[in-house]
Amino acid sequence: MPTLPGVHLKDEIAKVSQRLRELGHNRHLDKAVWGRVELARHPERPYTQDYIHQMFPGFIELRGDRCFADDPAIVGGLAAYMGRTIMVIGHQKGRDLAARTRRNFGMARPEGYRKAQRLMNLADKFGIPVLTFIDTPGAYPGVAAEERGQAGAISGSLLCMARLDVPTVAVIIGEGGSGGALALALADRVLMLENSIYSVISPESCAAILWKDADEAHLAAQTLRLTSSDLLELQAVDAVLPEPRGGAHRDHAAAARIVKEALEDNLRELEAIHPQLRKQERFQKFRQMGVWKENGLTLF
Amino acid sequence: MAQKVSVDISRRNRGEVLKGAESCPQCSQLLTAEELEENYRVCRHCGHHFRVTARERVAQLADTGTWSEIAANLRSADPLDFFDLRPYPERVEEAEYDTGLPEAMLTGTARIHKMEVVLAVMDFQFLGGSMGSVVGEKFWRAAETAIETRVPLAVVCASGGARMQEGILSLLQMAKTTCAVELMAQVPVPFVSVLTHPTTGGVLASFATLSDVVIAEPGAFLSFAGPRIIEQTIKEKLPEGFGLAESNVEHGQVDMIIPRSELKDRLVQILGMLEGGVACALEPLWEEEESRPGRRGAFAEAIGRIKSLANPSRRPPKR
Repeated sequence: MPTLPGVHLKDEIAKVSQRLRELGHNRHLDKAVWGRVELARHPERPYTQDYIHQMFPGFIELRGDRCFADDPAIVGGLAAYMGRTIMVIGHQKGRDLAARTRRNFGMARPEGYRKAQRLMNLADKFGIPVLTFIDTPGAYPGVAAEERGQAGAISGSLLCMARLDVPTVAVIIGEGGSGGALALALADRVLMLENSIYSVISPESCAAILWKDADEAHLAAQTLRLTSSDLLELQAVDAVLPEPRGGAHRDHAAAARIVKEALEDNLRELEAIHPQLRKQERFQKFRQMGVWKENGLTLF
Repeated sequence: MAQKVSVDISRRNRGEVLKGAESCPQCSQLLTAEELEENYRVCRHCGHHFRVTARERVAQLADTGTWSEIAANLRSADPLDFFDLRPYPERVEEAEYDTGLPEAMLTGTARIHKMEVVLAVMDFQFLGGSMGSVVGEKFWRAAETAIETRVPLAVVCASGGARMQEGILSLLQMAKTTCAVELMAQVPVPFVSVLTHPTTGGVLASFATLSDVVIAEPGAFLSFAGPRIIEQTIKEKLPEGFGLAESNVEHGQVDMIIPRSELKDRLVQILGMLEGGVACALEPLWEEEESRPGRRGAFAEAIGRIKSLANPSRRPPKR
């Protein structure tokens, strides 16, 4: 409703909203969504390196951005796969405390995104398809990271993925947190594991900003619509991959088999398309992202 | 005694004359509305750049009467049924009412010193200049217009980042605008971004830093993460001047800082040079070891020259 000057409905609206929240969102649904968030962050969930071990026995890691450092929060390298080479790049969270500290919980610094760009350009040069694994709470928010151009490193990675001539497949395997995740996800096909999440902001930060209370994270998780089924409905991802019963953490090998099969299907389809056409289709896909109203009509 | 008298006068002035006046947050001097408008909303005492609305910015940059809006009918939808303490559509309506703008970005075509440009201007007052589906689509259409008409694109950014209330769709606008930038690069059409206070998050990490030349306004805060989040992460106070345009130049993240009063001239010069059409008519813009005397005179003369260059009727006949 349009707010007129002098008319203050704030308190009334807050009251009604509170009531609506209590009535409208039943607790079961609430729990289901938060359960997904917890599964996506499960400490035993397979990480990028687990998938690499399961799927690509002869993986050769390539390190460093050639400018400043090697960022262990993003791993990448060459792998033999079904009679061809592919470039695999992904966020790596780290399993135990020492590994987590070293890998900064999967929160990449600019070096990580610049390494990713270097590897993607290398793949492009030799016609090697690119596979990315997405699993990060977000890009690292630190002073040094900002000074070395965190924003430019992410936008550079996006642009790099937009211009690749080779087929690209991204798989969201755990947490897809904001720009730090998207930087590796501008792909021809974006696949998502059933119990992973993909969001513009973490439910905790969203709650802290909108409800001024981080404890409302489960409400934020619900309204942000960050589960795989929501994202498929919003056409933000191309397909959802089912996980082994109980979640991917129960059976790493089975989860890897599912990803491998999906990769095979998608690569076969993509490789059948002419590179120029494939690129055009990529642009078209992202051009259609979003919902807006034009002359009163809602367009999807 | 003299001191006491002067205090009295200033107090009286404050009440009677200075309607719509603002005091400078940097030097606390009081500035009248006319004074501010005349000086591009820059403090004439200390050079502090006040915030400008999108419409004011268009008026400052476009030649009078040449602005023609494109994609003016786009409005935000509510794809997520987003609900926090207030419904999203209500927040949008309120922002529309408060700012008189349809969205956080205005797009259109205009002439700047007679040069055809596509212009996109963001407004921080509209939901923090956040990028949702409409901002992404408007940027796409601006880029499309630039490509179709082979006209350069200038974008003035001011944004807190992606618009939370559109969830993943707002994040994906980063991918969408990036694709638009790549399409412009394939032609190529020149693309310059002007980063104003503040430009952060998803906008800074997509089209704002993907332009051919990145210009910053003095004192603008430019950082991917917000200051509070960084402080929480590193658990200490941020160093002085962190994230400001000046520090960004030092760390190599932007090409240059241009004061608002020179922006119009410099935009035309840079876009023109990228097109390769207009020879360097202004004085060189680089850091010299020592400043030369008489800079202002040379500058004024140079503007005169570029104006005459852009006006075909005054151009000498072809040999």
